[in-house]
Amino acid sequence: MTENIVEAKELSYSYPDGHRALEKVSFSVAAGESVALAGENGAGKSTLLQHLTGCLLPSSGALRVAGLSVEKRNLPAVRRAVGMLFQNPDDQLFMPTVFEDVAFGLLNAGVPESGLEPRVMRALETVGAAHLRSRPPYRLSQGEKRAAAIAGVLALEPEVLVMDEPTSGLDPLSRRRLIGLLGTFPHAKIIATHDLDFASEVCSRAIVIHKGRVTGDGPASDIFRDAALLGRSNLEVPLSVASRRG
Amino acid sequence: MPAAPAGCADIGYMDSLAAGGSALHRLDPRAKLLATLAFLAAVVSFDRYQISALIPFSLYPVFLIAAGGLPPGYLLRKALLVSPFAVLLGALNPLLDSHVMLRLGPLAVSGGWVSFASIILRFLLTVLAALALLALTGMNGVCESLSRLGLPRPFVVQLLFLNRYLLTLSAEAASMSRARALRGAGARLRPAVFAQIAGHLLLRTLDRAERVYRAMVCRGFDGRVRAARFPGAGREELVFVAGWTAFFVFFRLVNVPLLLGRLLTGHL
Amino acid sequence: MHMADALISPAVGGTMWAAAGALIAYSAGKVGDEADERKVPLMGVLGAFVFAAQMMNFTIPGTGSSGHMVGGLLLAILLGPYAGFLVLASVLTVQALFFADGGLLALGCNIVNMGFFTCFAAYPLYRWLAGDDSRKGRILAAATAAAAFSMALGASGVVADTVLSGVSELPLGTFALLMVPIHLIIGLAEGVITAGVVSFVVKARPELLRQANPAPAAMSLRRLLLVFAAAAAVTGGALSWFASRAPERMDSAMPAMRPFSAARPGSLRAFLAGLQERTSFLPDYGFRKPAEAAPVVEGSRWPSVEGATTLSGLVGGLLTLLLAGLAGLALRRRQRAPGA
Repeated sequence: MTENIVEAKELSYSYPDGHRALEKVSFSVAAGESVALAGENGAGKSTLLQHLTGCLLPSSGALRVAGLSVEKRNLPAVRRAVGMLFQNPDDQLFMPTVFEDVAFGLLNAGVPESGLEPRVMRALETVGAAHLRSRPPYRLSQGEKRAAAIAGVLALEPEVLVMDEPTSGLDPLSRRRLIGLLGTFPHAKIIATHDLDFASEVCSRAIVIHKGRVTGDGPASDIFRDAALLGRSNLEVPLSVASRRG
Repeated sequence: MPAAPAGCADIGYMDSLAAGGSALHRLDPRAKLLATLAFLAAVVSFDRYQISALIPFSLYPVFLIAAGGLPPGYLLRKALLVSPFAVLLGALNPLLDSHVMLRLGPLAVSGGWVSFASIILRFLLTVLAALALLALTGMNGVCESLSRLGLPRPFVVQLLFLNRYLLTLSAEAASMSRARALRGAGARLRPAVFAQIAGHLLLRTLDRAERVYRAMVCRGFDGRVRAARFPGAGREELVFVAGWTAFFVFFRLVNVPLLLGRLLTGHL
Repeated sequence: MHMADALISPAVGGTMWAAAGALIAYSAGKVGDEADERKVPLMGVLGAFVFAAQMMNFTIPGTGSSGHMVGGLLLAILLGPYAGFLVLASVLTVQALFFADGGLLALGCNIVNMGFFTCFAAYPLYRWLAGDDSRKGRILAAATAAAAFSMALGASGVVADTVLSGVSELPLGTFALLMVPIHLIIGLAEGVITAGVVSFVVKARPELLRQANPAPAAMSLRRLLLVFAAAAAVTGGALSWFASRAPERMDSAMPAMRPFSAARPGSLRAFLAGLQERTSFLPDYGFRKPAEAAPVVEGSRWPSVEGATTLSGLVGGLLTLLLAGLAGLALRRRQRAPGA
């Protein structure tokens, strides 16, 4: 129980307009585990991710992150434990330069000025973006933006990385680099995506969501080969798996 | 609509100039800001018929442009393109003020023409200096120095956010109006249609604001945007500000070109 | 409506900087008190939106000319007056810096003329006229009236600043008659656009406007009138102060102006043409003797009619310009040398 970094029990959520986005979702993620969250658009992936960062609170059921119940009073601690990577890096890189953006979270966490530079640079070096430090975000390529955004999250040393469509907008080379980079991270990872080829390379486990319900949960190699399950959830068997099989 | 991409490219270009590596680029932004403000104050404090005494002041923008390795042609074109208002208003002066101030042989020059020329000169000087300041310092540097000169933090943060999303949103607006132009078959943009496009853009903007807010909250935002400290001002900054200010004061008080001209023409 | 540095005297520029600075500090404090964290990114992104929207030109029906949105009233409606003012001030600052659109010294004037009058005079009027009604017609009427009002006030501000600075030769009356009607028309267009955008948002996502601007605070009529009275007093006071200082410049200096100011303001071109005719036929017809100019132009050692002095100034000036250019070239060469 304590080893699970994320623990959802019968989590349900309805939007104020009455739309039921999540229906009794239960799953758990252990430390260091990489889990793909697969589902068509509107399946409830983003709603679920927003719960993990406490931007939405469950209508019913329970959600624990890093041993803390996700509720109002725990939000600062929960958000320290979760590193959230948004779909559009432009939404995430809001500060004037890459350096300041990476420093944003650190300054909020009360890191003193003296400790700032080494921590920012360490995070930037990890993602191979040290040379971008004084560049403004709007002058970066999509791949560089992604790297800078990851650095901003890594600098805070989270326990779990949560990513929303990390490969969207990336060219093949940047996508390949991202796959290599993620492989070096020891963190638990929850990756919402419909790039199942990417997911099958990065994740050992997959959870399939369809219409707000968990319809499949198991080893990625099994899930991504289950054409019937993927078809029911309006997904496709990833090309890499299909060609390996054929 | 061609204005949108041009405007974007412009901001982008000014910004890339600010990334240069000259000694002037490295100077503390506050020093450049203060010297430029002193320059502006000195230039506009001359009376309206002044021309010759203004000319030494051209050394400041010329210095910034030359020592900073900035493209003079580009800045000059930019200066000439902007704000026709000043030129327009100034152009009325010759019509309104026709008492003769100067006779060059058979040519009688009225006070209006003199003050018109003075306005154009001031306009070029002030605009060039301001553009050179930005091209050497960058928007972020200017904002940071404003912040440390006492501008309220919420306003500085506002400037930084505005600058950050300027290009992103301009690109969105440009692609929206391109899409409309493609379907509109060259029809002009009526206010009602404009309001719809702007409304769409506004909705997307509001959504973006919400996403940005969430991203901020996820990294511990609590209502305050903190700034990392920047290296302080040193001797070079002091010399820069003091030197130029002394220059401005001297040339504000002494009309050197006039003395020079008298010497040359023998009218003492 | 952007004023340029070249037309401003340091006294006017400095005063308006102080006024704008005080308004910014006050508004920043108010926005800080609201403690609405969401407003931080919202304001920033909305500023960028106004910028982006200004890049799209629309055609004003029936005229063939094009205009763009100013956006001040829209910002105040979306964010409330204080945050709206800060955003507009930031937009003007960036315009001054990036595009030299309105100068740095004139920035204070521009912030007051375009920001203060929209957010603190026109917006209360809008709230009062629009109420909580979300019908399109009412929004349209309220926005049009408020925008036209703000533009007229802003134009008067431009006139006051310019005339007080004394760089332009345009006399007060003429200038006001040029600026105010034009800006009333621009204000009508702005109002229509603002109403269009607001109605669009109200229809598409009614909750957004309430969310963005939770403070209903529809100002009481009394407070509204007080604001107007204050604005009128400031403008009027400034203008009459000028009028009392330089009466000749306004009236006796402009014999040609009287029929104009009395008649319809439509025939500007005819008026200017007539004026030009007059002045070119009578090259020595001095509207104003240099001696009269002295009290207006402070510390003027220069307005001397002695040709020789002026000629010396010209020659010396050209020489100095040449020297400055050479210095620049030399610096540039030195700059390139280490790199090459």
